[in-house]
Amino acid sequence: MSVADLAPLPAAQPARVIRQAPPVHTEPPLVRIAIIAVALTFLALVIGLPLVLVFVQAFAKGWSTYVAALSDPDAIAAIKLTLVVAAISVSLNLVFGLVASWAIAKFEFWGKSFLITLIDLPFSVSPVVAGLVFVLLFGSQGLLGPFLQAHDIQIVFALPGIVLATVFVTFPFVARELIPLMQEQGTAEEEAAISLGASGLATFFRVTLPNVKWALLYGVLLCNARAMGEFGAVSVVSGHIRGLTNTMPLQIEILYNEYQFAASFAVASLLAFLALVTLCAKTILEHRLSTEH
Amino acid sequence: MTIDVVGVSKRFKSFAALDNVNLHVRSGELVALLGPSGSGKTTLLRIIAGLDWPDTGEVRFDGEDALDRSVRERNVGFVFQHYALFRHMNVFENVAFGLRVRTGADKVPDAAIRARVGELLDLVQIDWLADRYPGQLSGGQRQRVALARALAISPRVLLLDEPFGALDAKVRKELRRWLRNLHEELPVTSLLVTHDQEEALELADRVVVMGHGKIEQVGTPAEVYDSPATAFVHDFIGETLTLPTIVRDGRLFSGERALALDSQGVADGPARVLARPHDVDFADPDEAPFSGRVLAVRTFGPIRRADIEIAGVNGPFVVEAAVPHQHDLPTGGRIGLVPRRYRVFSTEASA
Repeated sequence: MSVADLAPLPAAQPARVIRQAPPVHTEPPLVRIAIIAVALTFLALVIGLPLVLVFVQAFAKGWSTYVAALSDPDAIAAIKLTLVVAAISVSLNLVFGLVASWAIAKFEFWGKSFLITLIDLPFSVSPVVAGLVFVLLFGSQGLLGPFLQAHDIQIVFALPGIVLATVFVTFPFVARELIPLMQEQGTAEEEAAISLGASGLATFFRVTLPNVKWALLYGVLLCNARAMGEFGAVSVVSGHIRGLTNTMPLQIEILYNEYQFAASFAVASLLAFLALVTLCAKTILEHRLSTEH
Repeated sequence: MTIDVVGVSKRFKSFAALDNVNLHVRSGELVALLGPSGSGKTTLLRIIAGLDWPDTGEVRFDGEDALDRSVRERNVGFVFQHYALFRHMNVFENVAFGLRVRTGADKVPDAAIRARVGELLDLVQIDWLADRYPGQLSGGQRQRVALARALAISPRVLLLDEPFGALDAKVRKELRRWLRNLHEELPVTSLLVTHDQEEALELADRVVVMGHGKIEQVGTPAEVYDSPATAFVHDFIGETLTLPTIVRDGRLFSGERALALDSQGVADGPARVLARPHDVDFADPDEAPFSGRVLAVRTFGPIRRADIEIAGVNGPFVVEAAVPHQHDLPTGGRIGLVPRRYRVFSTEASA
């Protein structure tokens, strides 16, 4: 925007000339283009290129190798385990996250801010540390180790340990998504429902839950994406038993370390594909969220 | 249904929201709880509804202990300040909610719900909005939905928290009249919280004026307006012209000058003469009990107001007086004020 555009019109000019309002953004076009170009280039280099490379590498040796890599029994076991772990931990976090955010948003109690901090803990603690905690708790040398061994319960280096580690790491996603929305919505609708004779349970299922359903689904999707991709914490507790306790990320690492690049990238491409599906679902949900509220 | 509030107190941490409140509401009455924000009126309403619990005291419906029953069991229609409509349900489902949640022996058949909701939507004159969602309604329409929803459970007590607070002036006036008519038609006892004195005085059979967690006065609109029991009520309701004075030996003084006004039995000490602006006459500045300089005269419609600066003992202060139509009042001139009808309150007691 140059000074001339803003200068008042000469008095002699006819009155019906309407002065153009200056646009809200005042950067010159060149600057705008440059900023957008920098952002896009960066995105393409850091995110787009690697993603494309994963798929390129996966198919580098042709379809048959790709299919063979994915139909390998160990690979199938890893895929199955990943889906099972994700299903269990997402359902658990759905319930825990809902309960925690309901408690935080709708009630006043002592220690509330401590609870909010605690919910954020998995975001700030390194996943490896989280995994180690479970080994220290449930491992054979751990706090509860002797008790578990005496009762023949296997937690670490088995499915329960992997689920626990995943639940820990992905706990904040659902709760973090719900708490602000529930706090914003307040308790007036719940009070209205109770004053109309609804029980606590009816109020929850008829009023509270429908009001947060899209945010809840959004949180579940993010939680699921992270649960499938979790590496650090799971790596510590899994024990890397092939065909038994290897999830997809662990399987990818093993294959890579054994120089089986094509197979490694084949599994990686599947994991990336699952992530892309989640991302699409998330985008659709975001659209629904923005139109509803 | 009669409502009795006996000795109710409620504290929020160090703040006394209600301080030993006693109130009797007769069956079929429409009573307004009027007071500034923070006076405890909403807390009292919520305690009667069962949404809050008093620290001490009793609430009785028709003589029976209501605190024994939860909000679910009290069968009270509550209209929330911002309506609290269920945002994901359409108007029909909002109104039907109270019937839909009845289970077991109380379960209402679908046809009966349909009929009842239709009836209610007719009553509040929004039957054509049944399929809309709350987000698609205007403030006045939401208010009607909130009322229909509260009435769906056939309450014998209707509690309304600032029912017209979020509406513009014109809609407010219209809905006010409509609510009054509705109250006449229904067998309910209604309690309404408002900070708008015009609303309370125009709508209610009786007005309960509250301040600082206490009931200051209970009376008909005429009573609280014409004979306010305390300086707080006088100040809060209607316009008030306040003139500081001192009581000495049972007589009123302004500085060293004795005033030709009745002290109304107020004890010695600083006091205030309170009068409605239209009860104050203009007079010769040298003979009137109070006199001052005219700062400005404003006219809006039939009302004319003058700002008059009076030299008080503790420095000058400005009062707003009503100017009669014929009266010519030059700005800058001196004028005397003679309260014709007034009340004297001790400053200490009303502090």
